[in-house]
Amino acid sequence: MALDARLVGRSYPPSAVYEVGREKIAEFATALGDPDPAYRDPAAARALGHPDVIAPPTFPIVLSLGAGHVVIEDPDVGIDYSRVVHGEQRFTHHRPVRAGDRLVATATIDAVKTVAGNDMLTTRVDLTTEDGEPVCTTRSMLVARGAA
Amino acid sequence: MSRLSAADVAVGTELPEQITRVTRADLVRYAGASGDLNVIHWNERVAREVGLPGVIAHGMLTAGIAVRAVTAWAGDPGAVVDYHVRFSRPVVVPDDDAGAEVTVRGRVAAVLDGDQVRVDLTVTSGGEKVLSLARAVVALA
Repeated sequence: MALDARLVGRSYPPSAVYEVGREKIAEFATALGDPDPAYRDPAAARALGHPDVIAPPTFPIVLSLGAGHVVIEDPDVGIDYSRVVHGEQRFTHHRPVRAGDRLVATATIDAVKTVAGNDMLTTRVDLTTEDGEPVCTTRSMLVARGAA
Repeated sequence: MSRLSAADVAVGTELPEQITRVTRADLVRYAGASGDLNVIHWNERVAREVGLPGVIAHGMLTAGIAVRAVTAWAGDPGAVVDYHVRFSRPVVVPDDDAGAEVTVRGRVAAVLDGDQVRVDLTVTSGGEKVLSLARAVVALA
């Protein structure tokens, strides 16, 4: 099923606040096999000029995955999740995510297209602090493979 | 550690090669840490049913491993201001202790305004490119 071009620009309500914890950052860094002290040791992070431990560049996927589900579950989008593969991902950091951040994720449909029977859906997720400070913009392109 | 200086970097500067082994245990750990519980990353039966050669690594695990080469080189993970990847081929992770090998090479492809550089990564597993695009913009001191 081809995605409706009129979906482009559709925005979804902001998520609940996600509080970024030091332990979650350390857990994520360990899962990437990354021993960098900036992810674990507040003193090491402060020596680099950060107020607290910072998160790896791909950490915002934890929030954008959840925010993106709102789009997938939109009945007007109607994508079959079992046929979805991750095509492309981008993170634009306005500043590093850090422990103590209280973040809100807002999803918007940035682009839709259909190529050779495959639907391609690009969702932008804007992560801001609850006070509205921009922190990171993620863009995820999902490909829903057409039924054979 | 401190952040790498723009004076030490030019177009063509190569990053140290990074080789990482990814096992099934690593996939389980990443699934838990990221919240991406898609069964194709831990269940061989389901992975084969949907036409994959076997259990595959999360694309974002591969991308997260790849950008380690950049953050370690830059001296400050907060220096990565933009990171863009395109997935071209899955990393198949066999059910053994050795797992799959992910090799990351990088070079400075462009010097941008404001003491920023663009690093282009080449990410391979089993001799094949697994990311058709992997670019990081790094803010240097």
